[in-house]
Amino acid sequence: MKNNRVKTAFPAVQLPKCPTGIQGLDEITGGGLPCGRPTLVCGGAGCGKTLLAVEFLVRGAVQFGEPGVLIAFEETEAELKANVASLGFDLAGLVRRKKILLDHVHIDPGEIQESGDYDLEGLFVRLGHAIDSIGARRVVLDTLEALFAGLRNEAILRAELRRLFRWLKDKGVTAIITAERGNNQLTRHGLEEYVSDCVILLDHRVSDQIATRHLRVVKYRGTLHGTNEFPFLIGDDGISVLPITSLGLNHKVSRERVATGILRLDAMLGGRGFFRGSSILLTGTPGTGKTIVAANFAQAACRRGERALFFSFEESPNQIIRNMYSIGLRLEPLVQRGLLRFHSARPSLYGLEMHLATMFKEVATFQPSVVIVDPITSLMDAGTDSETKGMVTRLIDYLKAGQVTSLFTSLTQGGHVLQQSEMAMSSLMDSWLLLQDLEGNGERNRVLYVLKARGMAHSNQVREFLISDRGIDLVDAYIGPSGVLTGSARAAQEALETAAVLAGQQEAARRKRELERKRVALGRQISGLRSDYETEAVELRRIDEQVGTRARVLTTERAASGRLRQADDMVAPSANGNSKPKSQR
Amino acid sequence: MKTKSVKRPAAGSHPRPVKLWQLRLYVTDQTPKSLTAFSNLKRICESHLSGRYRITVIDLLKQPHLAKGDQILAIPTVVRLLPKPVRTIIGNLSDLERVLVGLDLRPVG
Repeated sequence: MKNNRVKTAFPAVQLPKCPTGIQGLDEITGGGLPCGRPTLVCGGAGCGKTLLAVEFLVRGAVQFGEPGVLIAFEETEAELKANVASLGFDLAGLVRRKKILLDHVHIDPGEIQESGDYDLEGLFVRLGHAIDSIGARRVVLDTLEALFAGLRNEAILRAELRRLFRWLKDKGVTAIITAERGNNQLTRHGLEEYVSDCVILLDHRVSDQIATRHLRVVKYRGTLHGTNEFPFLIGDDGISVLPITSLGLNHKVSRERVATGILRLDAMLGGRGFFRGSSILLTGTPGTGKTIVAANFAQAACRRGERALFFSFEESPNQIIRNMYSIGLRLEPLVQRGLLRFHSARPSLYGLEMHLATMFKEVATFQPSVVIVDPITSLMDAGTDSETKGMVTRLIDYLKAGQVTSLFTSLTQGGHVLQQSEMAMSSLMDSWLLLQDLEGNGERNRVLYVLKARGMAHSNQVREFLISDRGIDLVDAYIGPSGVLTGSARAAQEALETAAVLAGQQEAARRKRELERKRVALGRQISGLRSDYETEAVELRRIDEQVGTRARVLTTERAASGRLRQADDMVAPSANGNSKPKSQR
Repeated sequence: MKTKSVKRPAAGSHPRPVKLWQLRLYVTDQTPKSLTAFSNLKRICESHLSGRYRITVIDLLKQPHLAKGDQILAIPTVVRLLPKPVRTIIGNLSDLERVLVGLDLRPVG
């Protein structure tokens, strides 16, 4: 980006750069130090000048195949080798392989008497010989200002220094000259007057008892460069500068979702969890279960066969493992299988930048797909709010660039008023879960809200958050006329509802039984009536029969008495008793 | 030393050479400063250490690797190797007083 701008401004001239190989420095300077020219590195005592210079040489020799010469005015060769060995630089080996040449220039003003005119041709000869003997492309003079202490004739010295820098340029070597910081100027003896191509200022400041190193490119002739003050630190593998501005908002995004490990929470987030590579903020008052949610998230990642990295600033790894075991989360096997890694450190252990660099390094080596920072608020103790925000920004950008899903827990003071830091932090986050305590009925109950979830449909409802020895469960909170009910109040409400239902069921059964009874009674009535009816019918038939019989008997008796009284014979056939009653019937 | 060596053996003035002064003069080529330094040094030695000194002139342009051993920075430089301790004087030696102090020749004189 920077290169392009330089190109448009000066289409013909592209200043050749000499890469330092130092993490971050090449990004700030747009490719490295000016090739074939001297660069001045100045700063106070103990701010890393010598280390920067040595790293420039070592990386030049190892990574870029450029041998280098180190002229040390303050430290002997043995001291230098020992000092940088702790940073993993095998200076002794490089010297043996003739990649680097060390020359200790010893000046003791007490041993030297000056008489008359002289020049520093001896230094030139030594330097020239050193350069030629290994074909050096890089030179470090550390610290040239020792000359001012050793030689009294400043006029000669200044003239010779001017000549030295000219000579170095003619030699075409890329040089670093270190110098002590002066009071009102960059260097104590005004070396910046001679080295005008590139000046880098190192600084070591202490604020709130925590020291942070800063690097600033004061001047870089012929090129655009980052002018800000960049924090840097000295880690196990040398210097790393942390360029805030070198990270941008141009990372690619994923549509893939990752499960949270809590089914109901996934359901609240459109059923599929968070986006891969997104950043999640989990705020909550103390004891609301932030670490548990975080551990679940990590475990879910491990179950998918992905790696999870857990930065803990409050608990030791073993403590987290033990505590999670109590809710049925078995993290130890995951650690043993290399899927889960803990990194625990007290926030006050070192400055924010060191924390950040350590985290960068852990992420770079472990290559996780999920990173958890528990809690991010602890780091605020290590720096001011703006510093912390800057750091979190860089961390998120770094993680997003690598498609790493990150979950930050944040401890809040409670209450509904959000803290300033939370507001600042939340704007960086893609999703925001809020865990809260609801107090009532003599108990505290945890609830969970999804405050925001960029780019996905999410539930607006509150869920009660239950922690048992089987893990986390989210249940619907009871929402009634008296508000949200949780815990035993919810249970009581549920019991009330159950009782009401039961009562209804019992009432229905009772009515059913009653009706049945009535029906049975009616049936009985019907059958009684029917038997009455039958009786009546029988009675009727019996009466009919009696009437018939009586008539027959009557006719028979009449005929018999007629015969007895010698009635008309004529009457006899017509008044035949057999036919007459029949026709009458 | 394989360099051009200027030796001034005692011409019988001191029958018993107590101790021999060994001096090295580092120069680069035949610059005016170097030549001045050499003639100054020779004159001082003649007057103070007649017959008891040896001057070795080393041209660093020809033998640059020798500069490291005696921690040479400035040119010209005179190093008194013997008698011990080693002493160093830089410059063209035009300031006689300082040379005598530097070589510790005052009490001897």
